[in-house]
Amino acid sequence: MARLRGRGVAAVNYPTGMNLGGDPSQALVHATTTGSFVITLSSVDLGQGIKTVAAQICAEALGVPYDTVMVDTADTDTGPHCMGTFASRGTHRIGNAVIMAAREAREVLMSIAATELEVDAGDLVTDGKGRIHVNGAPDKGIAVLDVALAAHFKHGKTISGRGIFLKPKSEVVPETGEMDPDSCQAHACTVAEVEVDDETGEVAVLKMTNAYEIGRAVNPALAHQQIVGGAWMGISHALYETTEPYYPDRSHGPLDFSEYLMPGPGDLAEMDSVIIERPASNGPYGAKGIGEMTANSPIPAIANAIFDACGVRVTSMPITPEKILRGLDALRGRTN
Amino acid sequence: MEKIDASFFSAEREADLDVVGTSVQRADARGHVTGRTQFYEDVGFPGMLHLKMVRSTRHHALIGNLDVAPAMQVPGVVRVLTHKDVPNNWYTILKLIGVEPDDEPVLPEDRVLFMGEQICVVLAETPQAALEGARRVVVDYEDLPAVFDVEEAMTSTPFKKQGTNYFVYEGHNCRRIRFGDVDKAFAGADHIIEHRYESSPIEHAPTETTGCIAKPEGNGRVTVYSNTQALYFTLDNMALILGVPFNRLRLVGGTVGGGFGGKVDVMVEPIAALGAMLTNRPVKYAYSRAEEMQVSSPRAAERIYIKDGVMKDGRIIARKVTLYVDAGAYCRHSTYGTTKAAAHMPGPYTIPNVHVDAYCVYTNRTPSSAMRGFGVTIGDFALESQMDQVARFLGMDPMQLRLINAYRDGDMKAHRKKVEGAALVEVIQAAAKQTGHSLPPEFASMSSLKREAGHGQA
Amino acid sequence: MKHAVVSLTVNGAERQMLVAPGTTLLDALRENQGLTGTRRGCDQGACGACTVLLDGRTVMSCMVPVETIDEARVETIEGLTPLQGLHPIQEAFLEGFATQCGFCTSGMIMATAGLLAKNPHPTRDDAVRAISGNICRCTGYEAIIDAVLDAAQRVNAAGSAQAA
Repeated sequence: MARLRGRGVAAVNYPTGMNLGGDPSQALVHATTTGSFVITLSSVDLGQGIKTVAAQICAEALGVPYDTVMVDTADTDTGPHCMGTFASRGTHRIGNAVIMAAREAREVLMSIAATELEVDAGDLVTDGKGRIHVNGAPDKGIAVLDVALAAHFKHGKTISGRGIFLKPKSEVVPETGEMDPDSCQAHACTVAEVEVDDETGEVAVLKMTNAYEIGRAVNPALAHQQIVGGAWMGISHALYETTEPYYPDRSHGPLDFSEYLMPGPGDLAEMDSVIIERPASNGPYGAKGIGEMTANSPIPAIANAIFDACGVRVTSMPITPEKILRGLDALRGRTN
Repeated sequence: MEKIDASFFSAEREADLDVVGTSVQRADARGHVTGRTQFYEDVGFPGMLHLKMVRSTRHHALIGNLDVAPAMQVPGVVRVLTHKDVPNNWYTILKLIGVEPDDEPVLPEDRVLFMGEQICVVLAETPQAALEGARRVVVDYEDLPAVFDVEEAMTSTPFKKQGTNYFVYEGHNCRRIRFGDVDKAFAGADHIIEHRYESSPIEHAPTETTGCIAKPEGNGRVTVYSNTQALYFTLDNMALILGVPFNRLRLVGGTVGGGFGGKVDVMVEPIAALGAMLTNRPVKYAYSRAEEMQVSSPRAAERIYIKDGVMKDGRIIARKVTLYVDAGAYCRHSTYGTTKAAAHMPGPYTIPNVHVDAYCVYTNRTPSSAMRGFGVTIGDFALESQMDQVARFLGMDPMQLRLINAYRDGDMKAHRKKVEGAALVEVIQAAAKQTGHSLPPEFASMSSLKREAGHGQA
Repeated sequence: MKHAVVSLTVNGAERQMLVAPGTTLLDALRENQGLTGTRRGCDQGACGACTVLLDGRTVMSCMVPVETIDEARVETIEGLTPLQGLHPIQEAFLEGFATQCGFCTSGMIMATAGLLAKNPHPTRDDAVRAISGNICRCTGYEAIIDAVLDAAQRVNAAGSAQAA
């Protein structure tokens, strides 16, 4: 019996959005009379963090503090249309819609501030801390709260904006497959180190080194969550998960978490991940979609590391101990 | 914690941002840690009925007699629904973007196409009574031959209501990519390397199962509290199925206990809303964990053949991909995922001759649908295993093989979209740096921004 | 079969509830008491989302018939949350970015509370074992394990500050 170590690499790209039917999302932004801002959406947060990054993007575009922006989602009676949370589209589509809405709202905000200060709107800047002032003269300014009050009670104006992002429909040319399905591509490279037990066929993933290019990390901590969680799911897919263990035979399908296997907290690989950023020209502050791709490069990296460790090339997922042992038997048969 | 290496693309990174690029706390985390985040199941209404499904125990069968009377005798059972109660029973989720035909019944009429398919609905005062009612419904089956293998299904007797055992793309039996001339390139290649890859279905396994609560309102509308990933997709499909104006429905959601693509199908909402409309009571339909595991759409199983024409110096000059997506019994999102799979080929590499046939195939198993990495994850397993096999065959460093073939800005992809914003070269260089894997100078100095002399598209 | 009256001390308050035979503690908490912070993930005792403390021990509340625990003491995520601010375990999960979709979080935090009640100085292995019955599909567990260990330090620091 031996524990055999190996290393494997895989590199992938992943499309942001998939728009064969046309892919729009809308956002509405308005100021309350107390100087807070509300983004109204019908977008869904599955844990990926759209409620957080939409507020960050809005705060950036308005020039106000993050904690003065609230996200109201998701109710179809009040929220404007969103296609949904899938295809790594949320941050890109909704982020762009939010920027457009926030810029329109900012224009009103600055124009009312200019009237109140009796200056030209073009001379005003936001300080990101809740005040608007003349560029270069921080003392000549006004609080966003006071602008919001004045807009409503004095000028009879709404500080609001409408935003939409649309990736127009792409028809596929049937003969050649020519199409424009996505908005940009994110990238990843994973190096996996594994140990294969040649007696039991079990694989331990020792370390995953990941490099991700994601355009712009709107929130690096949330991007990191996706990377670590996705790499875990990649390990899980590579080695354990199946609803039909003897596919295409339908028998032995798991019905619960004691039969559907995934790595537990005691089975984790060491992770070392780095983010690099090449902003997408069409992304909100350059951001690309990252949520889906994080599981993709780990799977083949593990498959390749297993081959490196023990010489068995498993070409069907998941790579179970049974498949590895059968492969080892075949190798031994050949060498004996 | 997170690390950003700003040494790459430093000229393109905007530096003066205040909020974007900072790790502010999650807006929802305080609700999560106090248990106050409201998921759909956390709303409840007096008089709410519970919905349980009678499901097929056969892979493919005609339904003879369906005896629901015993269910009605269970104390607490209020109503049973069959296909006759569904106003527009046939639909396909992607009809909203023009996909045809309507290939799936909300509740089947005379046959079931997979084990676990929903047959009829029991509504009861308690989940226990609904389960007992469902258990007592008697279904007479007449078994029909079932097909489970994608390649077998391509040539076996069609089993669907109409059409073939594969989706037809504008007159073709598969989604095609044609770029260059692979046969000519294979003839001139130093080596031909050909392998087969396969996967089995994978469950999303979110910790919160799929579900909804439909509540009739005093004004004649129905509010649906749902954990769908796409509110309007669900609303629009529901209105079409129920035959009601769109504005009679209101979807509330947005806070979901994990989705991973598993909650983009429109399965629970139309039937729960129908139950609510017919009983004038709130109706809850939540998948059990077993239903989530075996009945909700999994990630499709795929089978992928890759044939590469390779030169001694590592250039891949031709790649032919034959890809089968196992859609299961109904289309759902698979036609779309298959096109996405085709567009993804031949991976992030510039290969001058590419030929892809991607088949969306129907079999008698649980319909598959979207999952994280839809159309791409299994393709990447195949592509990147293949790249490793090519590197091994040539005795070449696998990173160097990828760098030689990596796409660069300005290259043309096989689906005829020009590459921009490429960064494959840089992620490989970054991973090499992290792992202490030294790359020769000509590889360490490569860039996605330019294509160096000596390598490149034919 | 007749309903039964069950008395429990839930988060320090005495509660009586009328329950149908076979009602689980999870359903009693969610449906009867309106304490929806305890989540239902599987109803099979296999995911841990419904973890609560029963007389100080961690249990999966979907596996406990409530009639069998008359007069017991039950703590849920709602009871852990102080009137002002957060419990140190909650702070550790919040600041450590240990939540994503949040559906497993209540169970993870109650499992941590159960661990720290009997073992104030857990090792990493202890932390792993304490949450090994709790499924998380988003995070890959690493941030959660770190949060459990961070929580232990915060609880101990709060304890010694109180003693001093």
